[in-house]
Amino acid sequence: MAFNHKHILGIEQLSPEDITLILDTAESFKEISLRPIKKVPTLRGKTVINVFFEASTRTRTSFEIAGKRLSADTVNISASTSAVVKGETLEDTAKNLEAMKPDIIVMRHSCSGAPHYLAERCNFSVINAGDGAHEHPSQALLDILTMRQEKGRIEGLIVAIIGDITHSRVARSNVYALVKLGAQVRLCGPGTMLPPGIERLGAKVFNRIEDAVSGADVVMTLRIQQERQGKTMLPSLREYAMFYGLNAERLKLAKPDAIVMHPGPMNRGVEISSSVADGPQNVILEQVENGVAIRMALLYLISGGDKLEQSAQ
Amino acid sequence: MKILITNGRVLDPAHGIDGSFDVLIENDRISKIAAGIEAADAERIDAEGCLVVPGLIDIHVHLRDPGFEYKEDIESGTRAAAAGGFTAVACMPNTAPVNDNKVTTQYIMQKAAQAGHAKVYPVGAITKGLKGESLAEMGDMKSAGCVAATDDGRPVVNGEIMRRALEYARSFDLPLISHAEDLTLVGDGVMNDGFVATELGLRGIPWVAEVAAVSRDVLLAEYTGARLHVAHVSTRGAVDIIRAAKARGVRVTAETAPHYFTLTEDAVRGYNTQAKMNPPLRSSDDLDAIRAGLADGTLSVIATDHAPHHFDEKNVEFNLASNGIIGLETALPLTLRLVEEGILSLSEAIACLTIGPAQALSLPGGTLEVGRPADVTIIDPEAKWTMDPEAGQSRSSNTPFSGWKLKGLAVFTIVDGRIIYRRS
Repeated sequence: MAFNHKHILGIEQLSPEDITLILDTAESFKEISLRPIKKVPTLRGKTVINVFFEASTRTRTSFEIAGKRLSADTVNISASTSAVVKGETLEDTAKNLEAMKPDIIVMRHSCSGAPHYLAERCNFSVINAGDGAHEHPSQALLDILTMRQEKGRIEGLIVAIIGDITHSRVARSNVYALVKLGAQVRLCGPGTMLPPGIERLGAKVFNRIEDAVSGADVVMTLRIQQERQGKTMLPSLREYAMFYGLNAERLKLAKPDAIVMHPGPMNRGVEISSSVADGPQNVILEQVENGVAIRMALLYLISGGDKLEQSAQ
Repeated sequence: MKILITNGRVLDPAHGIDGSFDVLIENDRISKIAAGIEAADAERIDAEGCLVVPGLIDIHVHLRDPGFEYKEDIESGTRAAAAGGFTAVACMPNTAPVNDNKVTTQYIMQKAAQAGHAKVYPVGAITKGLKGESLAEMGDMKSAGCVAATDDGRPVVNGEIMRRALEYARSFDLPLISHAEDLTLVGDGVMNDGFVATELGLRGIPWVAEVAAVSRDVLLAEYTGARLHVAHVSTRGAVDIIRAAKARGVRVTAETAPHYFTLTEDAVRGYNTQAKMNPPLRSSDDLDAIRAGLADGTLSVIATDHAPHHFDEKNVEFNLASNGIIGLETALPLTLRLVEEGILSLSEAIACLTIGPAQALSLPGGTLEVGRPADVTIIDPEAKWTMDPEAGQSRSSNTPFSGWKLKGLAVFTIVDGRIIYRRS
């Protein structure tokens, strides 16, 4: 099948078949990163601009490496060096970038909907690298790829996501992807961190981490971001760790072969104890490794790589 | 100067008049309402198939003048009012400088008189600079022409100041208009709190932010015996509070805006900044309650909260976009939709645009009476048209109704016996 999306704005717009195609494509790309010469000419002559209006190390580096391994020309712009600080509007920034004829813009922005705004106004492809509390599709895809590798399937898996669901784009994208692929999703956090109506996306909501983790195949803990949560979401990190932190004892409630995931960066001792973060069940660095492959797959599919190869055959 | 309006269906809810009559206007006054009036020397308007109603009154308009003339000014705003069938508007004080003093009030009145379109009734500030700290000179502003006071755009946060403002305004029989929001509950929300906000990853404003503030202000009105008008009611809870308060005799009136009985939070999907407003578009349950509140008279006023913004102020990320939409030229057809849907009778609908608002702020007009100033609107209720904001009279075009197929519009707007708008 062919991939018929010009943009990757969120998982919400993707079909189960699209997701599977992205995962399969990523899997085939994983091997490139293991070669002595980690580069293929697939996207030679394509220009990818990573525009990050919000700080990011992992995602930005991952997209940059993904582009370079496919021989695309990659350019990075961060908010501190951008014209935004000079008062330029997002549309003007986008139009200026457009005039330089990029093929793909990878964008992270603190405002939900910012990539949609760009996609409506410009003719390049847009990949959402995280918008506000809305979606972070490449993160969810790398999470799903990791689950599939570890568990051999997604359908029927019990996946517990613990943390601040309200402010988490990672949670939303994972819920969309997992529900589309037939997993059972459990969401858990204190009441301040569970947004209204979230269960309508097809997930079950739990108040106690013990209940959420019980019998799970996958336990994903989310970063507690103090800078987002302010003073009203939590009394203290100490209390969060007491009631919602994933530690060895709680992890025992999950299936014996359950895997532990974290989108990073971790707050050790808060949402995850060091013994779990470093323990045998963690796949956190596999997630990072898969991140490069997923982003290679996205750049490739968005560029119409699969169609180019089909027409060449 | 005489105008004879013939063959129309004259509808004056205040007097329970609904029938085929002619209306004769001499100079600035209505001189006769009867069947078969003869006036050979009058300009004749054939209102066959049309409604002849009291001039529509919009008591919640932002004319943006002085200070934000790039969005709207008194001339363009009152021209838009006339085109929408409004013969009078009340304008909010959140201008620059703020209308918290007699001189600014006088400027607004003078400029409105010069423009010569719809009448303008200024609304003064409750507190100096809308800062919520000390009372503005409400007595002096009333003497200069203000018909009410409000800090609209912001609530009066401090309960003590709102109490004193009500007590003070009571001495002048000046109604206070409450922009009812508990700002601590609004936080940095940008749309209604609920499933749609969750899906879109946008911060929510819970309905309780409005209901808590309406409760306080209604109770303060009850406590002080002062007159309170609640602006832009958007929630079921606020309708319930106001209904109960009216039943026990509190001097409270309330308005809603066409968008709150026409649209829900779903309009925000796609990060549509034209659907961003304050208070935010709510749930379908709230919409039903607003309609019920109009039907039982709890909400006796439909007001537009006409809030012009420049294109650039809406053409940004959703979080950064300005709140509000223009409304003067869509209020009438959107109100008539409620008649079509069986929510309101035609007479009730017209009352919400005429006698309801006139009574809320004790304005002249709102009825058709012999001997009174001839403020008359003639409506073609069957005219079908497609909303195109660029074709409108407002300087701004921020509306979620662009491209909507609407029915009903003003064909003549007459102020003090002068035709200020005639549909070509």
